[in-house]
Amino acid sequence: MQQSRRAAELKAVGIGKSYGAFHALKNLSLDVGRGEFLTLLGPSGSGKTTFLMILAGFERASRGQLFSDGIDITDQPAERRSSGMVFQGYALFPHMSVAANIAFPLRVRRKSEAEIKRRVGEMVERVGLQGHEHKLPAKLSGGQQQRVALARALAFEPGVLLLDEPFSALDKSLRGQMQAEMKRLHEETGTTFVFVTHDQSEALALSSRVAIFNHGELLQVGTPQEVYERPGNRFVAEFLGEINMLPLRDIRPDEGGAKGLCEDREVALRFAPGEARGEAILAVRPEHMSIAREPAIAENSIPVTAVSSTYLGSAVRLDLITRSGSRASVSVPMEAARFALEKGNTVWLTWPAERGLILPETV
Amino acid sequence: MFARSHNLGAALLLAPLLLLLALAYGIPFLGVMKWSVTLPEPGLGQYHALLTDPLVQSVFVRTARICALVTVTAVAAAYAIAYVWVRGTPGQRLAAEYCILVPFWISVLTRAFGWVALLSNQGLINTWLRATGILDEPLALVRNEFGVVVGMTHFLIPFAVFPIASAMRALDERVLLAARGLGASRTRIFWSIFVPMTMSGIIGAALIVFVFALGFFITPAILGGGRSVMVAELVYLRIFQSPDWGLGAAISITLVLIVGLLTTALFRFLRPSQMAG
Repeated sequence: MQQSRRAAELKAVGIGKSYGAFHALKNLSLDVGRGEFLTLLGPSGSGKTTFLMILAGFERASRGQLFSDGIDITDQPAERRSSGMVFQGYALFPHMSVAANIAFPLRVRRKSEAEIKRRVGEMVERVGLQGHEHKLPAKLSGGQQQRVALARALAFEPGVLLLDEPFSALDKSLRGQMQAEMKRLHEETGTTFVFVTHDQSEALALSSRVAIFNHGELLQVGTPQEVYERPGNRFVAEFLGEINMLPLRDIRPDEGGAKGLCEDREVALRFAPGEARGEAILAVRPEHMSIAREPAIAENSIPVTAVSSTYLGSAVRLDLITRSGSRASVSVPMEAARFALEKGNTVWLTWPAERGLILPETV
Repeated sequence: MFARSHNLGAALLLAPLLLLLALAYGIPFLGVMKWSVTLPEPGLGQYHALLTDPLVQSVFVRTARICALVTVTAVAAAYAIAYVWVRGTPGQRLAAEYCILVPFWISVLTRAFGWVALLSNQGLINTWLRATGILDEPLALVRNEFGVVVGMTHFLIPFAVFPIASAMRALDERVLLAARGLGASRTRIFWSIFVPMTMSGIIGAALIVFVFALGFFITPAILGGGRSVMVAELVYLRIFQSPDWGLGAAISITLVLIVGLLTTALFRFLRPSQMAG
């Protein structure tokens, strides 16, 4: 199907939102590229939904400016912005049939009956709701209602589609299915998608870029791989998935990376911020670590003992403790776990230099 | 077991009310029913008279017309008040609350005479109209159907507010936001989303107002001045002023049947809890 001719480019400059003394958003600047799938990720109350509502025009920013394709839309009300929106709980018109719901934005725009009919048929087909056109929303399943909401929001070919936790009401298997469908819709329509979620795996799976929010601040923006593998701070690192954190001291620059002492053993980091000195946190994702009977030569290794294990089917999750009392966990094959779990065995926790991250001690 | 004792408890709590209803309404109703088929002689003669007597017919038609008018005006006004009450600023909400509650504290008689004071030939409105020279002759605002409609509308508005407000409160705010986001103007959202989504409240309010209005007695008697007789007043006249108890009883029973049918319809649209707002 044809690409949307009008995928929009959004630019937020210094956006702030305050409710009395409470700052829901603090000085946020963010560019959303044409046709991009940007996810706003953060815990509840982090400001991500507030930002989406400001993008939609339902909330007014207290400070800052908003541009769409270079035009200042800061003071433009929602009804004139023409951005599609999918709400949590879908917000379908309960008294209108599926077809009438999808036709609504077209009728508002005074399209001809022939065009409305053609367009509604197209959207119904695109979201796979053939045969349900004349049903009321209450007669549909959650997944079907979700599809109606998507079709309605995309029917008028908006420049941007805003989605507020659209899958939160769906069960897990349906979620996966809807995620795949949304990805397909994004590719087919070419529209700019801005998607709010608190589910990090959803964010990583769907987006071209992820923007991570906490306490009204935008902490980091980047591709899923960038934010997952190179989190800028401890919050981002922990929010995106499990991560082991170990104290690191005597940090000094070394060949573009850094060296330091972890559990009194010298460890190397391929990447490190230039200013890294003194003490910090060494962070490594569990899947990048493994255990060995002897210290590894080409990799970093520290001695640990196993505390407990959890059987995961394909692997065993081992909970470990270092000599200084830091905790870490790692998923390893059954055989490797067996040796570690034998009473009193010291094993070596190893990881490659390019997998270690330095995170500032604070935040 | 638990549910059973629970039901028993509920039945015991309801018993005094049921007993009172049986004694105060059930038995007298049976008596009235008996009059309607026995006075002055046994048979369905009074019901036949009711269907053929032009006077009785004209009263029924007038009652239907007044009730329909009152329903439209009261529901429209109640819709506006409920809108402000549910969706207004805190100050507007408070004002709306007073508009709804204060009339409940004033007796129906006082309110009817209040309207007479406003609407009569020597009333405030006509005095002002003549004093300012807008009119030479007083406008006939009372002792006619207009006065009756005004007085009854005023009385019934608060009853219509509750079911409408309840429907408005139940509406998901996000649906309205969605409509805005899809490009709809405020007028469009009101007429194609807000009103249809609160239709159950409108229908409920209309039925409540219509049913209440059917049995109105004091307000039409005072503001109609004997010229716009409604069914309830006709019953009164038949029983107390002309000893025609049989016809009066037959009219009463017919009225009760109509109200019963409408109430059944009402419960299809509304659960009783919704009427309390």
